Amino acid sequence: MGVERSPRGEPGNDVAVALSGVTKRFPGVVANDGISLTFRRGEVHALLGENGAGKSTLISILSGMQQPDEGEIRIAGRAVRIASPRAALKLGIGTVYQHVLLIPSLTVLENLMLGGPWWRPLDRAATLKRFEELSGLLSARLDPDAPVGRLSLGQQQQLEIMRALWHGELVLILDEPTSMLTPQGVRELGVVIRRLRDHGVAVVFITHKLGEAYELADRITVLRLGKVVGELAPGQLRELDERQVVDAVIGFMFGRREAGEALEETLTGEAEALPRHAVDRSGAPALALQGAATRGERGECPLQEAELEVWPGEILGIAGIDGNGQKHLAEALAGQRPLSAGRMVLNGRDVTGMEVVQRRSVGVRYITDERLGEGTAAAHSVATNLVLKQIGRPPFWAGGLTRWPAIHRHAREQIQVHDVRTPSEQTPIAKLSGGNIQKVLLARELDPEARLVIFNKPTYGLDLQNTKLARDRIRAGAGTRGAALVVISNELDELLETCDRIAVMDGGTIVGVVENAPGAEAAIGRLMIGADAA
Amino acid sequence: MAGLQEKGRGAEAAFTLLRVLLPVLLALVVGGLILVALGKDPLAYYRFVVERGLLSPIGLQASITRMAPLLLIAAGLIVAFRAGLWNLGVDGQFLLAAVFVAALAPSLVAGGLPHILVILVCFAVAAAIGAAWSVIPAYLKAEHGINEIISTLMMSFLGVSLANVLIKLPFNDPSTTVPQTATLAVEDRLARLGGTTIHWGVLLGLAAVIGVHYLMSRTSLGLKLQIVGSNPRTAIHAGIDVRRLTFLAFAISAAFAGLGGAVDVMGVQGTIRADWNPAYGILVIPLIFLARFNGWAVIGFVFFFAVLMIGGESAARRMGVPTFYVLVQVALLLVFFAVVEMLDHARQKRRGA
Repeated sequence: MGVERSPRGEPGNDVAVALSGVTKRFPGVVANDGISLTFRRGEVHALLGENGAGKSTLISILSGMQQPDEGEIRIAGRAVRIASPRAALKLGIGTVYQHVLLIPSLTVLENLMLGGPWWRPLDRAATLKRFEELSGLLSARLDPDAPVGRLSLGQQQQLEIMRALWHGELVLILDEPTSMLTPQGVRELGVVIRRLRDHGVAVVFITHKLGEAYELADRITVLRLGKVVGELAPGQLRELDERQVVDAVIGFMFGRREAGEALEETLTGEAEALPRHAVDRSGAPALALQGAATRGERGECPLQEAELEVWPGEILGIAGIDGNGQKHLAEALAGQRPLSAGRMVLNGRDVTGMEVVQRRSVGVRYITDERLGEGTAAAHSVATNLVLKQIGRPPFWAGGLTRWPAIHRHAREQIQVHDVRTPSEQTPIAKLSGGNIQKVLLARELDPEARLVIFNKPTYGLDLQNTKLARDRIRAGAGTRGAALVVISNELDELLETCDRIAVMDGGTIVGVVENAPGAEAAIGRLMIGADAA
Repeated sequence: MAGLQEKGRGAEAAFTLLRVLLPVLLALVVGGLILVALGKDPLAYYRFVVERGLLSPIGLQASITRMAPLLLIAAGLIVAFRAGLWNLGVDGQFLLAAVFVAALAPSLVAGGLPHILVILVCFAVAAAIGAAWSVIPAYLKAEHGINEIISTLMMSFLGVSLANVLIKLPFNDPSTTVPQTATLAVEDRLARLGGTTIHWGVLLGLAAVIGVHYLMSRTSLGLKLQIVGSNPRTAIHAGIDVRRLTFLAFAISAAFAGLGGAVDVMGVQGTIRADWNPAYGILVIPLIFLARFNGWAVIGFVFFFAVLMIGGESAARRMGVPTFYVLVQVALLLVFFAVVEMLDHARQKRRGA
């Protein structure tokens, strides 16, 4: 990662917020279990932990979205109750969430003016004054009258930070702030974070990327199953090198060293590249996409002149910054979105005009990144979701009649084979965790008849165990059966770990394809930021 | 330990019973207070409604007969609502089909068509008219994503108005002084069951609701419609033709409403006067939600409301309580069902935490 190692300044001892014994229970889980933590002014404090470690709950308590069942929060030595998000902002605790929560059709200034009491007229002059103050603090250069929809994601994040700091600069909470940024954006964010720290803000930085925590944080706290399991204070962090920090954190996260070993590779992105079987590219490609174009709604990036070739048994990665046509590419390949120009050939057959059902019958499979948004019918059972793409077809339907016993039997088998953790096959799928929903999707899409499988962000939102599992299944999917695999991801590490070649998307087209060999990372990075003309 | 579990299960069953009975009780109490405010004796009113709607043989038969159009409308609404389509235009679809049948049936009889063919032709025409009246909202929804709540309601107003125009102009029976359609002779109407006043349209209605229940739960079409209803994007992802199913679900739904109109005209009314609009659809819509789309529960609720309507209509004539007081009672029930549901939800959440 390209972020400079920060010179660690002397940490302030000025306590901004102190939590003691904070506990929050949900049905069946203790999300936060007696958490005691201190966030100090002038310090960047990273919170690390797997999915389900309790990070999100802790943020929602600090930002006033939820109330702790037990424990105390003290600000400047005084116990406070953070009753609502507005109360949190008034206390100077601002949160920037992973997903942008701005209104794209409004201008920068209008977005900042939202949230006042309904009876108070909008005060442009005062808003502009505060905007300029914060622009100075962040060294941001945003046009106050530009519609937010036209800003880059990095600029939108700067705006979110301004909004979080609007009522006071005590605590800034950043939830996975780098997940949607370019490497350049990550660097810029690093600069902003350091400026804020030096200004005396207590920055809380939630991440699951160890590298970023090491580069940016003065203090690292590790959460596991709702508890604080370890902390590296500024003094310790200064003495250790990155390798030692990784070891320490892994030790906290998994308790035993051995248990963590396989996961550590996933975590640090240093997994051994798979022993690559040679892909035979002498024959015809399994998939050829030629001159493909799509039509998009406003705010979407359609395909333009997109060209792809994937050979049998090959895993092709699609890298690129989010919103550069990846979604349309996946949908066009799956048959969910018609091509307005160009054609698609699968194993010598023109499938351009085929829709989802027909494409499925010739072996096209699509594992969507929106597992609940479109991949599953939330209120329907695991069993129904496992056969979602076969409705009306044998063997689970005969003459239009549903054979529920067969569907349930099939589901019980799949649940066992794929180790899906669910109370029963009749449980509504939305009740399952993200990792288990992904297992259901993988079970549905990866069958021996698959000839082309499209994975869209296959590990998005998964914890380490499930990330590793999903990547293993991708690797197993290609070599053994000779299917062509397309893996779309914005995590370069993931693509480097799994793919044979990596194509880079920019502005709805493929700007270049890089063989996954030493030096690929740099070549991809240059293509992504447009430094290389393809 | 086992005893404790038994006790827990018993308490749970008691809560389930309470969830049904409490709203009914509350609605009766609050409704009673309204009656008192109107200067009527609530106990006498309720007793009268139960006697006339349920206990007297004539009243019971009238209640069951009334179920026929309600059940057919309900069957259609189950399909539409499960497919996520708010067909709120059933009243227009119902009335327009009813008016066409009212005009067509006597002329077919006059033309010498056998009884069974008259019925079949009228049913087919009613279903077709109903379905045709849903094409515009279906098209707007499927092709342009326009909200069907608005478009079906507007089509319903147009349908009701058009039905009136038809009665007053082309379908008017000149031999009567008030504008109305020609009357279908009693012997040409739907046959009675045994020695009762109940016509066989009720059986058709029951068959329709049960048939739809099985269509939705046991067939691929039903599951596809449910997926469209639960999340259209999931349906597209699974390769389900959302466009086609939108048209189909609207057509099925409206065709059943049209059939309801045919059954009411050929079974009970025999003729339609201008400005007649029973607005059954508006009454049935909330029942579908109370029954949570379950066909068997829908039958139960429809029976309950038919009793309330027949009893209420009787009471209106005898005690001077306006007919629309039945609607007040229905509205109160719905409000209290919702409130109790909400409280129960909160209780379960608390227990879970």
